[in-house]
Amino acid sequence: MTSTAAVAPAKMPRRPRRVGPALRYLAALVIVAVTVVPLLFVILGGFRTTAQINQSPAALPEPWVLSNYATILTSADFWRFLTNSVIIAVVATVVAVAFGSMAGFALSHYRFAGREALYTLFTVGLLFPLGVATLPLYLLLRQIGLLENLMGVAIPQAAFSLPVTIVILRPFMTAIPGELADAAAIDGAGRLTYFWRILLPLSRPALVTVSVLAFVTSWNSYLLPLLVFNDQSHFTLPLGVATFQSQYSQDTARILAFTALSMVPALAFFSFAERRIVGGLTGSVKG
Amino acid sequence: MAEPVTADPDTGGVTAEPTPPPGRPSVRPGRRRPPVRRALELSLLLAPALLLFAVFVLLPIALAVYYSLYRWNGFGPLSDFVGVENYRRALADPVFDRAIWHNVLIAVLSLLIQLPLSIGLALLLNGRIRGRAALRLIVFTPYVLSEAVTAVVWLSILQPNGVFDQFLTAVGLRGSIHEWLADGDIVLYTLFGVITWKYIGFGIILMLAGLQGIPSELREAAALDASSWQSTRYVTLPLLGPTIRIWIFLSIIGALQLFDLIWIMTLGGPAGASTTMATYLIDHGFRRYQFGYGSAVAVLLFTVCFLFALAYQRFALRRDTAGAVDRAMR
Repeated sequence: MTSTAAVAPAKMPRRPRRVGPALRYLAALVIVAVTVVPLLFVILGGFRTTAQINQSPAALPEPWVLSNYATILTSADFWRFLTNSVIIAVVATVVAVAFGSMAGFALSHYRFAGREALYTLFTVGLLFPLGVATLPLYLLLRQIGLLENLMGVAIPQAAFSLPVTIVILRPFMTAIPGELADAAAIDGAGRLTYFWRILLPLSRPALVTVSVLAFVTSWNSYLLPLLVFNDQSHFTLPLGVATFQSQYSQDTARILAFTALSMVPALAFFSFAERRIVGGLTGSVKG
Repeated sequence: MAEPVTADPDTGGVTAEPTPPPGRPSVRPGRRRPPVRRALELSLLLAPALLLFAVFVLLPIALAVYYSLYRWNGFGPLSDFVGVENYRRALADPVFDRAIWHNVLIAVLSLLIQLPLSIGLALLLNGRIRGRAALRLIVFTPYVLSEAVTAVVWLSILQPNGVFDQFLTAVGLRGSIHEWLADGDIVLYTLFGVITWKYIGFGIILMLAGLQGIPSELREAAALDASSWQSTRYVTLPLLGPTIRIWIFLSIIGALQLFDLIWIMTLGGPAGASTTMATYLIDHGFRRYQFGYGSAVAVLLFTVCFLFALAYQRFALRRDTAGAVDRAMR
């Protein structure tokens, strides 16, 4: 490739397009196929019977069977898992963002001894994986009676989302010009009024990003619900999917339908908040 | 990470204090207010986050260190103090050594395979291409799915004589069919493949974001008197450096903490062939009620991650992190 470039006549338009659109489209096609085909297999598999799948795993539904999806959508389990996931994710997000933005405000708009140390402490928290803390966390939750309780997952989840929330919010809040606070003070607004009426609305983009991050983290988490819940009625969607898989391991079609349905909320949320998720993840990780 | 703090009037910076013009009251909030009220505000704002963080993050980690010094099944009093015996036992256990090795292997494979793949695909997708927005959306989709869902999806696909095996047969690779998850020599590579499927989109999006940060003038100027390979190698890649270093960091930390996917797909088996530090920890701590021993493993896992992060921060990331978060939010 290098040599063809070197001998290219000087008059040729020098745009670096030698890779060629063909190769580019081929690569794109391969990526799309590798990404989409497994998902399609799951979704379409849900429209077949297990017998059909066993006979010929790769075929299209013939005829289309709706009963798998219908059974799951009319069963209480799926909806209960979904509701539990929603409750936990919402509580975890609200708590993390509320507490995180208050702390972010204090860490950005007040000066006090130990401020940087405190900020560093939260930053180091980014490195604590939930996995490391699970055994003692489990014992702690048992002691305070939060096992088999949705809050037993939501609250620790919020705590583990605090570091990233604060690490994103504080610089954002620091960047908001101090003149605004001055102006608010002239108008007689207290510090907390300023926080509530001016700073928070101005921080909206960052608040959306941290909310999305906290929500997705909680939504996808598996380990903590696995330890805290024994009773199926408390299961979240990830836990439910994994359990369903092992319970009905003979009934492939039902597993596929269940899995497909459990992808729907995440995919819907993603297409709705795509820019925020991508921006948040690629942005936040640079901390 | 620590940003430079501008002149700090409240902490005794007497000289830094600009005298306000006479007659104009200082309205900078944070001053002139009763210190009691200020302290009250501060504690009101900080207490919830601090309490939450201390109770559910710091305390459990401190407790893990404490429990790790005992032999304990999680019930009854902590009485059987064994000192560092749990640590010695873990480090001497060949299964744990293998677990560490598996984590390292996944990390190395990621660097060797996922990194070039992410960069290459990002470079390709960064060019002019129809439907680029849709393409990005699709590429990123697996990353949004939970590891649990991903695991179940691939469990179905990789079933013996399942759709993947049929596909191989159809393209004439019947001979390469294995028991993807039951063969101890293969299972880790299978899992790595699934991990790559799930996380490659994140790498590509990250690299694309990094490429977007490179001024197009630079790339165009380079394109004027260099081949596309040269301009990529000597202009684009070095400028992509910070992004690549962040990716490496995240990838290695992720590889060290791998759990959900493996637990659901293989439980660390067969016969420990896909155990990681985290699955070993949960296996011993929860399934065998060895809370003291499990805690010791947790502390080891944390120490490994922490030392790696510290070293990486010091040697590779230092020049990138200053102000990185602010930049990212713009």
